[in-house]
Amino acid sequence: MKRLVALAGLAALPVVVLGGFFVLPVAGMVARGFWPDGAFDPGAVAEVLGRPRVHRVLWFTVWTSTVATVAAVLLGVPAAYVLYRLKFVGRSVVRGLLLVPFVLPTVVVGVAFRQLLREGGPLGGLGLDGTPAGIVAALVFFNVAVVIRTVGAAWEGLDRRPGEAAAALGASPATVFRTVTLPALRPSIVGAASVVFLFCATAFGVVLTLGGSRYASVETEIYLLTTNLLDLPAAAALSVVQLVVVVGLLAISARARRTPDAAVARTTAPPLRVRRSDVPQVVLTAVLLAVVATPVAALVVGSLRDAGADGGWTLDHYRDLVATPDGPFSVSAADALLTSLRTAVDATWMSLLLGGLVAVTVTRRSRGRAERRLRGVLDGFFMLPLGVSAVTLGFGFLITLDRPPLDLRDSPLLVPVAQALVALPLVVRTLVPVLAGLDDRQRQAAASLGAGPLRAFATVDLPAVWRPLLAAAGFAFAVSLGEFGATSFLARDAEPTLPVVIYRLIGRPGLDDYGTALAASVVLAATTAVVMLAVERLRVPAVGAF
Amino acid sequence: MLSLDDLHVSYDGHPAVVGASLEVPDGEVVAVLGPSGCGKSTLLRAVAGLEPPSAGRISWDDADLARVPTHKRGFALMFQDGQLFTHLTVARNVGYALRVRRAAGAAARVDELLAAVGLEGYGDRLPATLSGGERQRVALARSLAADPRLLLLDEPLSALDAGLRERLASDLGVILRESGTTTLLVTHDQEEAFALADRLVVMRAGRIVQQGPTADVWARPADAATALFLGYARVLDGAPAAVVLAAAGLAGAASVALRRSALTLDDAGPLRGVVLESRATPDQLRLVVRVDGAGVLDAVASPASHAAPGDAVTLAVDPARTALVAGAV
Repeated sequence: MKRLVALAGLAALPVVVLGGFFVLPVAGMVARGFWPDGAFDPGAVAEVLGRPRVHRVLWFTVWTSTVATVAAVLLGVPAAYVLYRLKFVGRSVVRGLLLVPFVLPTVVVGVAFRQLLREGGPLGGLGLDGTPAGIVAALVFFNVAVVIRTVGAAWEGLDRRPGEAAAALGASPATVFRTVTLPALRPSIVGAASVVFLFCATAFGVVLTLGGSRYASVETEIYLLTTNLLDLPAAAALSVVQLVVVVGLLAISARARRTPDAAVARTTAPPLRVRRSDVPQVVLTAVLLAVVATPVAALVVGSLRDAGADGGWTLDHYRDLVATPDGPFSVSAADALLTSLRTAVDATWMSLLLGGLVAVTVTRRSRGRAERRLRGVLDGFFMLPLGVSAVTLGFGFLITLDRPPLDLRDSPLLVPVAQALVALPLVVRTLVPVLAGLDDRQRQAAASLGAGPLRAFATVDLPAVWRPLLAAAGFAFAVSLGEFGATSFLARDAEPTLPVVIYRLIGRPGLDDYGTALAASVVLAATTAVVMLAVERLRVPAVGAF
Repeated sequence: MLSLDDLHVSYDGHPAVVGASLEVPDGEVVAVLGPSGCGKSTLLRAVAGLEPPSAGRISWDDADLARVPTHKRGFALMFQDGQLFTHLTVARNVGYALRVRRAAGAAARVDELLAAVGLEGYGDRLPATLSGGERQRVALARSLAADPRLLLLDEPLSALDAGLRERLASDLGVILRESGTTTLLVTHDQEEAFALADRLVVMRAGRIVQQGPTADVWARPADAATALFLGYARVLDGAPAAVVLAAAGLAGAASVALRRSALTLDDAGPLRGVVLESRATPDQLRLVVRVDGAGVLDAVASPASHAAPGDAVTLAVDPARTALVAGAV
């Protein structure tokens, strides 16, 4: 009984926050869909789902996500091998560089791909601008890091000896991979694939900037319906569909994680030198690195080019960052960057506080069935924001937190809270493996030597967790800097974050504005990249792994 | 026949095996015996093709194996902890090599092997449900299923508790002898090596210090450290050695190694001494005795003798429990 009370005490704050700022808004969305005029009317949802455009949007979301997921897995698995099983100079730098796309602001990724593929751009000749292929490429670019990190972390912990035993029994390297390595990696591959699918299906900034209104996914369609067409019931109906799909996918990835995997016998196998048989994987990784670098390079080059006909080198676009353009609610990109940084600091401490409590709550060893089940439910509950789309969340904030008991329309905390919720699952996923990996007997030993629960925490948990905590902070900070989905709904017109400003800039017709958008994207990307490379130096395996 | 010729293996520049040469004749069981960290497991891994030699030659029937990858060597390696594939059933573990080779009649062969290791009817179990001893039996069956030209055993029994180890050691000996499998075994346990091996190779600090037929190595350890590692309690040289050798009726040698039970209390014995310590065990009385002219030595007595510290005693030496040490220290 006492243990249950302690559990409730730890979980109280996260549950209340998640209840107020997650369940309430999302429930508000659902209600808006099913009770359009105050009366229960599922017909409205059915009507929305019957529209041909909605069918197109659903189909587009499913097929682009599927193709992008398959491509990300096919590219990511060999790279995971190279980066986590082989030893070569510059390995950690390459790892860091390949993680950067994942935290690059979605808007920046969108802008970079547009710059790369547009007419007259470096790859303009391929004619991919504004096509689904461009969107899929951007989604792969964005998510391949998830596969690399997740599969790589599992692969690194894989004992080499079963494979050696198989080889000694006559299995060729390919057979060893198929019959021993792959089965051991399967949980992590399935887990990564389901998370990537989730991210692709809920991708917002990338699809919005590259697809416009012609190619819409469920996520951007919700945005377009809300902001352009003011068709709130239809947006709510789509949100409900998305919620159902996402919860299903989360359940699948949770199952994949729960399968006993390499974590049980976690050793860190010492990496091997590169052998001749590794050449295909190494080449593929180099290609991947080039593919990842190309859009970023296009972005940087574009930001340094004069938009006019002569196309000479110039720093004008960067000078424009500090200039305040004309028009209502205009802010300079530099001001927006400050707003972004301030917001990210707030979002970071919020997500760390919540995520830390959640991680401690779900990793404590359960005694008894009821406790275990309760922890399982809490674990799943806290993971929900991972999949529920940021747009749904932002939209839900908009329609539910504008009246008592929670009237936060003009609160400066609204945006950080939303961003903290978006970052929360990532923080939890970084901390949980570390805390779960600690032998409970260590805490018991501390307790038997007279340490109280807090003292035991400081003795056993804290030394193991401070680096992951720092890494999680950096991760949350980077995610929050680039967050666009929820922020696009919630940012006040006079105080937009940098991603919002970038989106506004590329929406305007002028060439100079486009150049400024490129420069602002470079600044934003550089800021996030610096944060992520610092995080990578902390060498926490679970960052970016699911 | 496996031959190692002046084999060197290094880890990150640190030498683990230095100039090892040995042979494993067809049908024989050769044990590499040495303390942990002496490089014997590295030697085994090099033979399996899992570690590249930095110099020297590994060959099978005079064919150099340097460019032959592990899976083409036909050497089955059995790990200390079995390394069963946890996602496969016992039967699928055992049949793994047969499936790799697409051999016909795999199911029958698997049943036969499981019977040979005393695990009939275990085919559908998962490794996680087995005890440590059962897992090692499955690992052995899996290795034998590969029909290896050479079986490599890495401390096959040391993960098991004492009683189980003894039982499995005798089973293993029978299985190896019946199947006539050429075997290279590494272990730090002298009893395991003694029970299984036709030939012994003693390794210390990366070097082979002695090799030969098991009984010969036991009877004539190459040096004092080897004798101590082989389980001899004390090694004497100089005058004390001469005294003990004379009492045993053996020809003069520079030094002699004594097992703990080499000296026994005997009224007609040629040696005299005073009991310093006495400790009772169920089988015998274990004594520490100051022997005239030979110093402090171990001895045993019948539990009925009631020898107590301070008693003057006479002792006899059992020549079969001594060994002449080849190289003087």
